[in-house]
Amino acid sequence: MSEAVDALTKVGMMVADAISSENSPRASIEAYRRDFDEADKSSSEPQWLRSMRRSAMDTFESGGFPSMKNEDWHFTNIAPVAEHKFQPAKKGAAVSSEALARIEYGQDWHTVVFVNGRLAAPSQGLPAGLTITSLASEIEGDTDLIKRHFSKLATPESGTFTALNAAFAIDGAVIRLAADTVVEKPIHLVFVSDAGAEQAATHPHNLVFAERHSQATIIESFVAVGADVYFTNAVTEVFVADGARLSHYKLQRESQNAFHVGTLQVHQARDSRYESFSFATGAELSRTNVYTTLAGDAAEAVLNGLYMVDGKQHVDHQTRIEHVAPNCPSHELYKGILDGRSHGVFNGKVYVHPEAQKTDGKQSNNNLLLSDQARVDTKPQLEIFADDVKCTHGATVGRLDETALFYMRSRGIGTSQARRLLTYAFAADVLEKLELEPLKEALEAQVLERFTS
Amino acid sequence: MLEIRNLHANIGDKEILRGIDLSVQAGEIHAVMGPNGSGKSTLAQVLAGHPAYEVTQGTVLYDGRNLLEMDPEVRAQEGIFLAFQYPIEIPGVTNAYFLRSAYNEIRKAKGMPELDPLEFLDLMEEKTKIVEMDQAMMNRSVNTGFSGGEKKRNEILQMAVLEPRLAILDETDSGLDIDALKVVANGVNALRRPDNATIVVTHYQRLLNYIIPDRVHVLAHGRIVKSGGKELALELEERGYDWIPGAAA
Repeated sequence: MSEAVDALTKVGMMVADAISSENSPRASIEAYRRDFDEADKSSSEPQWLRSMRRSAMDTFESGGFPSMKNEDWHFTNIAPVAEHKFQPAKKGAAVSSEALARIEYGQDWHTVVFVNGRLAAPSQGLPAGLTITSLASEIEGDTDLIKRHFSKLATPESGTFTALNAAFAIDGAVIRLAADTVVEKPIHLVFVSDAGAEQAATHPHNLVFAERHSQATIIESFVAVGADVYFTNAVTEVFVADGARLSHYKLQRESQNAFHVGTLQVHQARDSRYESFSFATGAELSRTNVYTTLAGDAAEAVLNGLYMVDGKQHVDHQTRIEHVAPNCPSHELYKGILDGRSHGVFNGKVYVHPEAQKTDGKQSNNNLLLSDQARVDTKPQLEIFADDVKCTHGATVGRLDETALFYMRSRGIGTSQARRLLTYAFAADVLEKLELEPLKEALEAQVLERFTS
Repeated sequence: MLEIRNLHANIGDKEILRGIDLSVQAGEIHAVMGPNGSGKSTLAQVLAGHPAYEVTQGTVLYDGRNLLEMDPEVRAQEGIFLAFQYPIEIPGVTNAYFLRSAYNEIRKAKGMPELDPLEFLDLMEEKTKIVEMDQAMMNRSVNTGFSGGEKKRNEILQMAVLEPRLAILDETDSGLDIDALKVVANGVNALRRPDNATIVVTHYQRLLNYIIPDRVHVLAHGRIVKSGGKELALELEERGYDWIPGAAA
């Protein structure tokens, strides 16, 4: 009898424990609120920013995390992020040159390193016309630039994670390309999470200003050195002025147990060209938003990507191309390779506004499933309100071609090598579109290597 | 070299080969002819090890070893080559890379050193001449966007590079104009050696004007119903198949 009561009491205690650990979105929002208020109390930031952050925090708090009923999150359950109480990140250690060389694929780039969300190593010896500062220093200096542009493209109202970022972002890169500046070497922003980021959230926030007829390549790398479970919530706002040409590559190579949400919001003026490539192999759950507005006549957007996941990884890409001005081409190709029990999501939206005549839009998403348990949800969307446009879109989900496998085997190539070659071949055409040759080769090698073991 | 005895094979529940007996010696060329649906292509695919076919009875000995127990890649490494009736397109893998991989896998299996890309390029320069193929084709994806004739030439090129001991040509002549046919035939003849053998599966006698067979077999309803010398092919061309006992529809 008394034993039974003891057992019941124990069960009761376990239930109580579960409740007190409070793994609920509400509890984590409350924790973010407490962290925010504490930071706000001791903040020495300019008043305009403090009130802007407070309003962003309010927006985040009242909106909460999106549920799967939300159209934009229909195939991605964000609960693992929403229910996790992440702390503010601790200061990180310096990144060794060996680790950096690996991250950079042995290339010599203009590199800026952030560790746990804070600037760790600024770039040295930048060419004339290129300025890279940190968001923290811009805030400290209360510059006009930051006042006019911070969170103006990727607004707190546009989504939960941009609101959270606006409330908490303390650092990031601010890149300025003066008019007519052509920067030959790629600019590489490296976001490293080290042991100090374990169980922590970081909110990098970058701003890129490409003035008239400037030209550059920017790479953003997200990697882990020592951290395992952490949350990166990044925002990059990009302004591409008249005739400027920008290539922007994102390499999401976070820890396999990390969470990653990244929003890229671009504004393109007339005759500008913006090329984006999203390469995603990391994180247990990742969401990458790539949004661009073709605001000026004859602006061109090229959005490509390759995601390659395994195990229980979940990788989600959402792209949105707003054709506001006429005569703009936009081309988009995303490919996915999914193994294990992984889940891929692609949602590509192309909006053609009534004034955007002569739009030339092409969008496709192709997926390769390497296992029976892997899954893909793909949803290319076209909304056209102009009448003189050329737009196509399509999506495929397939498996390795058995006849091609047999063909290769009949030539002496063993099954595993044949599968590897065919998988690589699937990714080849999208990698082929990468305009930065050394990066293309590095990613090709990485794809090959991934399917060697 | 090849001893096929009472070979039966199914695809799904359907029996296609119903007791094939065929013996091929080194140095010989055998032609396998027959009406549509007689099982010619099935025989070729079964010999190459296509996983869709199930062998239900019989044996195939290759140099005295059980061929049916070997994986397709092992058969290729042991010197068997099938020129496909419908060569497969592989977008994203260049012809050069594909062929070098195949070549090196076979070299590895034989315990020979692999060729690096430059050495392989030299080999290709020599081999592409045999089939009168432009070297530029090597940098295109395997068979992707190739014309029908180019695909068949590409099969013969692969054969020229891999130097099989037993080549099986599955309707390699189908759909070729006479010039392409001659190129293919010349390629096959150029590769002929006393220690290798060829099985030519064809629907038409035409190819056999250029590749002279030692033996001609008629396949019908999954069995070889008649065998003879090269003159049998001419007789088939003239009289069709219906006069042969067991070949009527």
